[in-house]
Amino acid sequence: MKRILTLVVGVMMAAAIHAAPIDTYEFNDEEHRERGQSLAAELRCPQCQNQNLHDSNSPIAMDMRLQVYEMVGEGKSNDEIITYFTDRYGDFVRYRPAFDARTAVLWMGPVAFLIIGAIGGFVFIRRQRAQTAGSVEVSSIDKEKLDKLLKDQQQ
Amino acid sequence: MKRLVLFVPLVIFLGVAAFLFQGLYLNPKELDSALVGKPVPQFQLTQLEDPAVTITNKDLAGEVYLINVWATWCPSCKYEHPFLNKLKQRGEMPIYGINYRDERMPAVRYLNKSGDPYSINLFDPEGSFAFDLGVYGAPETFVVDAKGIVRYRFAGVLEPGVWARDFMPLIKQLRQEAKGIS
Repeated sequence: MKRILTLVVGVMMAAAIHAAPIDTYEFNDEEHRERGQSLAAELRCPQCQNQNLHDSNSPIAMDMRLQVYEMVGEGKSNDEIITYFTDRYGDFVRYRPAFDARTAVLWMGPVAFLIIGAIGGFVFIRRQRAQTAGSVEVSSIDKEKLDKLLKDQQQ
Repeated sequence: MKRLVLFVPLVIFLGVAAFLFQGLYLNPKELDSALVGKPVPQFQLTQLEDPAVTITNKDLAGEVYLINVWATWCPSCKYEHPFLNKLKQRGEMPIYGINYRDERMPAVRYLNKSGDPYSINLFDPEGSFAFDLGVYGAPETFVVDAKGIVRYRFAGVLEPGVWARDFMPLIKQLRQEAKGIS
């Protein structure tokens, strides 16, 4: 019984160890580790496409991750590192693309929609208010009909 | 006039729908290569068959050529291999192989067995040159013009259909350009 238990616990521990990609890379200091990992989380794996370098297990993501860590270790700035990757893999590797003519729609789109929505809402509310506040206008034909109905009722 | 305003949401909807519909037919694997229009990156690698021989950019041809990234662990590479052999037989152009993240011995053995379509084979066990090329998997094929500028990148299996559609017209054009220079 004890043996089986040991085996089960052992297997579970082994499974836990293999649950996430593990790099044996050692950072010089805490600041480098944080910067390296946040950069790896900001760059997209070109192979798997829906994962960042930090989460992906694919070999190319592993290479790229190590490259990021090494460059951080060498004291390269974030911009230098990102340029290094976009030079090779294009803007696609960036989850947060730079603002330029091609990505302007992407960046400004939500703002534009918000402004259009706000204006639309404002106009709509103004009109509704104007309608409820003003007196009800009845056309002459309707008025005739109304008078006739009232007369019929009285008779 | 007021009536027309009511159609605005419909128009916006149709616009977005058309945009998204077109997206259904895009191939997410076809990334623009950041390298197109730039020269082949500097490299210094050993020859696959002989570790004593070093190959650099100077050893590549001054004519239109292909760079093909391959490995023995890559099933799609095996699938495209016969077509590469055929291209070699036709003597179309030099094909340079980059043996990507592979081992020397099995790779040489594989070429001995299945035919060697490559003019020169570069051994890139760490994928360093491939990394500079922006390779993220194998097989990938690059078209390089006579001046050593990368003109096209194709990720996936090179087969006759793709060759006729994407490669042939481009190569013809690049050869015309090269003639124009000389």
